[in-house]
Amino acid sequence: MKAEKPMQPDPRQHYLTPLRQTTFHPRTAAANRLNSWGPWGGYTTVLEYDDLAMEHSAIRNAATVYDLCPMVKYRVRGPEAAAYLNRLTVRNAAKLPVGAVHYTIWCDDAGHIIDDGTLFRLGEADFRICCQERHLPWLLDSAFGFEVSVAEETEEIAALSLQGPCSFAVLKAAGFDVAALKPFRMATFGFDGGELMISRTGFTGDLGYELWIAPDHALALWDCLFEAGAPWGLRPIGTQALDLARTEAGFIITNLDFVPAHQAVREDRVRSPFEMSLDWMIDWNKGHFTGRRALLAERERGSRWAFVGLDIDGNVSAEHAIVYHDRKREVGQITAACWSPTLKRNIALAHLERPYHAGKSDNLWVEVYAMRELQYVKLMLRAKVCDRPFFNPDRRRATPPGPF
Amino acid sequence: MIYDAVIVGAGHNGLVAASYLARAGLKVVVVEKNDWIGGAAVSRELYPGFTYSNCSYVSSLFRPEIMRDLELPRHGLQILPYEGGALFTEGGDYLGMFRNHDANRREIERHSPRDAEAYDRYARDVLRHCRFIRPMLLRTAADPASFRPRDIAELAWLGKQMFGLSEMAMYDMIRFWTMSIADYLDEYFENPAVKAYQAVASIIGTALGPMSPGTAYVLLHHAMGDVDGNVGAWGFARGGMGSITKALAASLKAAGGEIRTGSGVERILVSNGRATGVVLENGDEVSGRRVVSNMDVKRTFLKHVDEDELPASFVKRVKNFKIRGSSGKLNIALDRAPRFTALPEGAPNMKGDLHFTDSIEKMERAYDDWKAGHFSRDPFQDMMIPTMIDPTMAPPGKHFMSCFIQYAPPKIEGQDWTDADRDAFAKACLDQIEAHAPGFKDSILHVEVRTPRELEREVGLTEGNIFQGELTFDQLLFNRPVPGYAQYRSPIRDLWICGSSTHPGGGVMGAPGRNAAAEILRDVKMPKKDMSDAYAVL
Repeated sequence: MKAEKPMQPDPRQHYLTPLRQTTFHPRTAAANRLNSWGPWGGYTTVLEYDDLAMEHSAIRNAATVYDLCPMVKYRVRGPEAAAYLNRLTVRNAAKLPVGAVHYTIWCDDAGHIIDDGTLFRLGEADFRICCQERHLPWLLDSAFGFEVSVAEETEEIAALSLQGPCSFAVLKAAGFDVAALKPFRMATFGFDGGELMISRTGFTGDLGYELWIAPDHALALWDCLFEAGAPWGLRPIGTQALDLARTEAGFIITNLDFVPAHQAVREDRVRSPFEMSLDWMIDWNKGHFTGRRALLAERERGSRWAFVGLDIDGNVSAEHAIVYHDRKREVGQITAACWSPTLKRNIALAHLERPYHAGKSDNLWVEVYAMRELQYVKLMLRAKVCDRPFFNPDRRRATPPGPF
Repeated sequence: MIYDAVIVGAGHNGLVAASYLARAGLKVVVVEKNDWIGGAAVSRELYPGFTYSNCSYVSSLFRPEIMRDLELPRHGLQILPYEGGALFTEGGDYLGMFRNHDANRREIERHSPRDAEAYDRYARDVLRHCRFIRPMLLRTAADPASFRPRDIAELAWLGKQMFGLSEMAMYDMIRFWTMSIADYLDEYFENPAVKAYQAVASIIGTALGPMSPGTAYVLLHHAMGDVDGNVGAWGFARGGMGSITKALAASLKAAGGEIRTGSGVERILVSNGRATGVVLENGDEVSGRRVVSNMDVKRTFLKHVDEDELPASFVKRVKNFKIRGSSGKLNIALDRAPRFTALPEGAPNMKGDLHFTDSIEKMERAYDDWKAGHFSRDPFQDMMIPTMIDPTMAPPGKHFMSCFIQYAPPKIEGQDWTDADRDAFAKACLDQIEAHAPGFKDSILHVEVRTPRELEREVGLTEGNIFQGELTFDQLLFNRPVPGYAQYRSPIRDLWICGSSTHPGGGVMGAPGRNAAAEILRDVKMPKKDMSDAYAVL
């Protein structure tokens, strides 16, 4: 790729550019017409390329590419890798077939969530964890007594998310036949003299794939996708468009929707899987896992918080609003919200004190301060607890996927 | 003329106490033995064109509530956050500290990828301890044995803070307050340089090594301050640390207070068990309804009060109070900036704290020399070049360098320091800098060397201890300085103490002076007007 890789200056002078550039930076920078950047996990990433509404609309209408490189990646290998991951995470990693992926979480001993992420089983004794935050000391400490190695490999893999109803068609045009690939499965293909791994995963709640490749072949992959995707109007999307889509899908983001146990300064900010509606993942029968005892006790005792989807009156989105019962009593907090262009609903994700999530959920209100020409318009809007995901189309699961 | 309060010593705490009392309407005078004010927060020009921070050299602990109450910014005080820092390692590299979170992580990653990912959790845990202790700084410690309603109420408040913690947090807190920094850091980090850098704040001003129990608290003491809400950050006072006391003096004078310099207190006058004023070294008598001593507890009660006036048990406890000298200071005027070979040209790390001790082991060896009654042969330095940020302290292109050095014992193998000892001490420090910045010695215009001998003689700190008493758990809260007398009072009615020997301890914090003033106002049944409570910790 000649001189396109970013220059590597004196490693001691990293402070001149505190944020790293991702492998795709030459392409994302060229496409970033608004020059709109934000930090993500130590990298500078695009917030909005040219038009948020167009970017979001492309996710639901055509196909889009999102630079996923900053996702933190750990490789877990060794004869006891599955046993180790079973102890580390709440789901049953041993049941995950080779070539499959599952969404999972891991907790501390008190049963509070440390992070969520996706676990890829690359081989019988070879896994990759992809997550938002960094955990090397925790992963290494947890490995005590297991025949397993844990290594951080974020920089060794470049990743792109290809999402949208036409993403299958784009891949096909690019020469990758993933017709038989079911959700949460992966397949490998030769590409540019290297190997491309495609998993049918994503963060938009729509049909989509994630593409994993060594950095040396990454720009060629970008170019190949955009050439093949031109008839479908393939476009790059920034984090803001993705955030809209993930809210529609009802997905959560660590540090936006909950404070991870290892970072919470205030002890009451941590959450258990029950409190984030993630207890469905827990395999109680697989044997011991970190946090099991505390979670069993919580199952008996009951939890303080619940995490819910809200459907809010009106069309003013309610980011970070306080939720009230009967307009008076504070019972929760919204962590993500938007007017959903796809659903034509005003939706939100919220922490609610129990039992206001269910038994006493009939009289909920959110207090919204809508800034209009330098003045707040104060609104008290009715909110109803509703099912998540808000958006969950059949095309997301169809195998083989349709052309659009 | 009878003053309402005679404050002994124009250090920062004395001036803080005096200013609050003057604002409340009391007639106060501050008496100071030196021709200048400031105590250990002092800036003097010892070489033409150069302003030194002769003793204390950085600011973080000074309470923002006090700066605001006493309108110190209006009286000229500016605190400048500093930018970075570096610890030079033996192999010719360095470990930098950066304000930018990502730069900082990448720097640690250069030395240990594991430690880079451990740092956030460590910083979080230290911050938790800071959040617990910060509300206590501007409160008088409860006396757990008194059973007075105010003490019971204060204990209840403390209990509420404690019970607000989870079980694990409570365990952690008790461990943290009592353990060694070496053990604490081992729980987070693997890299010696990373550990050494974090350990810096745990030994400063303390006659303990990083492997001594109790040093983790000393780290907390240095981490609990802030610069504009950035907890743990440090900064420079523009114009040197003397700017703090200059602003305090201006604030005091604006409130009608007086300052008399040039003659120290010979004796605190006691009549019928009450303090009634002081006699100065020049023979002048200053009468007051109360005397407030900013001197350390040993100096106050063992040198300036007739022992007969004090209960024997009190005297014994004061004698036992640990106030051991452990440090010295070099203040250097430089013709040009030193060039540290390990640092890339223009690195921001020059605008902060610099160190040469790259492992806990080496720090402990430096302490071993102290135990043997000698200054450290391979000393630990906390070095700053304030002129990298502050343009007011030296002519353009020239620099003022402040080197805080450990360990320096109060006596050399049992004998008083000699000039030859002092010069050998200075040489060990200058040689160490030269080794990392060749040509440094040639750029020296002037050096002020201060061993514990000079610190005691000039500033009045017993043994040269910068905190007026060590910050170990046995000497904190209701045990500081002496059980039963932790509320700024003494066995002699109307004799008060307001220096760093009292809760919450040393550093240029101002809290002891402010708290003492609060107690005095309480005693005279005057409202705490113009005195803010600690800002809430959200």
